[in-house]
Amino acid sequence: MSTPILSIRQGIKRYGSVHALDDVTLDVADGEFLTLLGPSGSGKTTLLSAIAGFIRLDEGSISLRSKDITKQPPEARDFGMVFQGYALFPTMTVAENVAFPLKVRKKPAKEIADRVAECLDLVQMGDFADRLPIQLSGGQQQRVALARALSFHPQVLLLDEPLSALDKKLRADLQWELKALHDRLGVTFIYVTHDQEEALSMSDRIVILKDGKIQQEGAPGDLYNKPRNAFVADFLGKSNFIDVTVTGREGDVLSCAADGAKFEVETDAPLEVGTKTKVALRPERLRLAEPGEEFLSAKVKQVSYLGERCQVIVTHDSLGELLLSCATWKTGITPKPDLPVSIGWDKDACVLLAPE
Amino acid sequence: MGRLNEKVSYWMLVAPALTIMIVFYILPVLGIWEIAFTEPTTGVDNFVKMAESSAVKTSFVLTFRVAAITTVGCLLLGYIVAYSISNFANKFTPLMLALVILPFWVSVLIRSFSWIVLLGRSGLVNDTLRDAGIIESPLRLMHNEFGVLIAMIHVMLPFAILPMMTNMRGISDAYVKAARGLGASEWTAFWNVYFPQTIPGVMSGALLVFVLSLGFYVTPALLGGGRVLMISEYITYQIQEFLNWGLGSALSVGLLIATALVLLIASRFINLRSALLERK
Ligand SMILES: Nc1ncnc2c1ncn2[C@@H]1O[C@H](COP(=O)(O)OP(=O)(O)OP(=O)(O)O)[C@@H](O)[C@H]1O
Ligand SMILES: [Mg+2]
Repeated sequence: MSTPILSIRQGIKRYGSVHALDDVTLDVADGEFLTLLGPSGSGKTTLLSAIAGFIRLDEGSISLRSKDITKQPPEARDFGMVFQGYALFPTMTVAENVAFPLKVRKKPAKEIADRVAECLDLVQMGDFADRLPIQLSGGQQQRVALARALSFHPQVLLLDEPLSALDKKLRADLQWELKALHDRLGVTFIYVTHDQEEALSMSDRIVILKDGKIQQEGAPGDLYNKPRNAFVADFLGKSNFIDVTVTGREGDVLSCAADGAKFEVETDAPLEVGTKTKVALRPERLRLAEPGEEFLSAKVKQVSYLGERCQVIVTHDSLGELLLSCATWKTGITPKPDLPVSIGWDKDACVLLAPE
Repeated sequence: MGRLNEKVSYWMLVAPALTIMIVFYILPVLGIWEIAFTEPTTGVDNFVKMAESSAVKTSFVLTFRVAAITTVGCLLLGYIVAYSISNFANKFTPLMLALVILPFWVSVLIRSFSWIVLLGRSGLVNDTLRDAGIIESPLRLMHNEFGVLIAMIHVMLPFAILPMMTNMRGISDAYVKAARGLGASEWTAFWNVYFPQTIPGVMSGALLVFVLSLGFYVTPALLGGGRVLMISEYITYQIQEFLNWGLGSALSVGLLIATALVLLIASRFINLRSALLERK
């Protein structure tokens, strides 16, 4: 990464005994779409508020283009922000809302008018300039909030669950639009969400938070395919977890054993023989076949049909239940309860998790 | 059938209060109206007299002036209190609320008498100032408009604070935060974003205080000492001292109409229903 636009060093924020942020260190590259992802209460809003300057870190520092801004008030930071509930000013019209950041910067009236029109066009709200926020739908309010946050050419745009109040269809549309807007403007986006699909589909990079700690960061594909721990593996998509013991190593390949099954995992993690840990297997990477064709025999317990895919739960004598997800259009066996089957997977489908 | 029953039970619930209001309030008020037009002779003589009297005019002007200054004073002081309670206090909120409401438990009479104790010729304030050598002869702090205003503002303050506070507590702090995040200083965020949202509360506080002040009797009577004759005291004089029931009644009709006019004018600018009933 070239010099980051924003860096946070060892950020800590406590509320009583709760660590809302626990030793957070993070670099944000100029122009990237970074997503903070985590369950409710994981500290996403706290981290965003610390970046925006609404809360002061107890310890640690924040710098913008190598300049320390830890103690700067929010208005000095020049970040655009879209809030969880949009926070459009109810007494001002759409145009006045968008003009607000320019007015406080004492821009000339002509420039303000032009820029407001430009920003409203950008989010296709040009026809609504004279309405009050309560006269707009949720999706329209969201667009205005976005236009307002962009109107003053902020260095970084902070978005706190901007789509969470919208219905699923609209959300999908706006995800595309947001992403397109990001690519067009080249502004750095820091985006908070607890929706993993949203994170996977939009981000250049995802940071996964839990209990105020960064669990893992990386490109969506890397996080999905190489989760570091059980939390990440479970939070991003679904996983089957199996307790294993390391039995040996040959080059990059580590062999592990569970009760009644053997696993081979490609990893450079330095684990001693005898270490107890977990492996994760994605449901969609498991293959379902006639008995005897693959190496693990099991019995179908339950099938649920989801349209393009179907989910199958099978039981294995010693590993217990495993979840599979198969394409419904695939020919081959049709899973039915109590049907004996066998299960297999490719070597690279098996991910070794860090021991706890 | 069901609807009819519902209507009957609705009226049965309302009836007791309504009866009391009609028998002990509406009927006597109508009686006053009647007296205004019939005593001592039938006709509008009383109203003509009222319109011609310069003393009545002075009293009306005084009444509106005192009510207006009281309103402004209550709004200024009350806004600060309401703002602090809604935005800063946290574990002290219940205590501060209690302090606002507490005066309601003490009669207006007693509160007005305590101001006499404080502001009198040899009251606490004058004595303290004299003992400290700041003044030589006592200041005239009461039996004038100044004394009336101080006590009126004190008595009316909760009526200004409560509606403003209810309004402010409904305003999310996200707006001011958003304004700060967009580059506004603390003051700009307050003045351009927060304050406009509190105007409904300010308006209903203002209306409540102003209308109550117009007809207020006890405090002006005690602290004015007969020198600050607001309309309600003037009416009492006419009736008790001069047994002039006709003019007294005409004056109270006048006051009622004046108050109704204030509400009418106010309703052109603010939504009374939401200002006084919904408190939002
Ligand atoms: N002002 C506060 N006072 C006390 N505790 C707080 C405060 N703000 C946040 N917390 C605590 O800090 C932790 C992180 O909160 P935060 O709001 O950052 O979560 P979040 O990840 O944004 O959750 P959500 O997805 O629900 O918005 C939570 O445990 C929360 O209870
Ligand atoms: Mg949040």
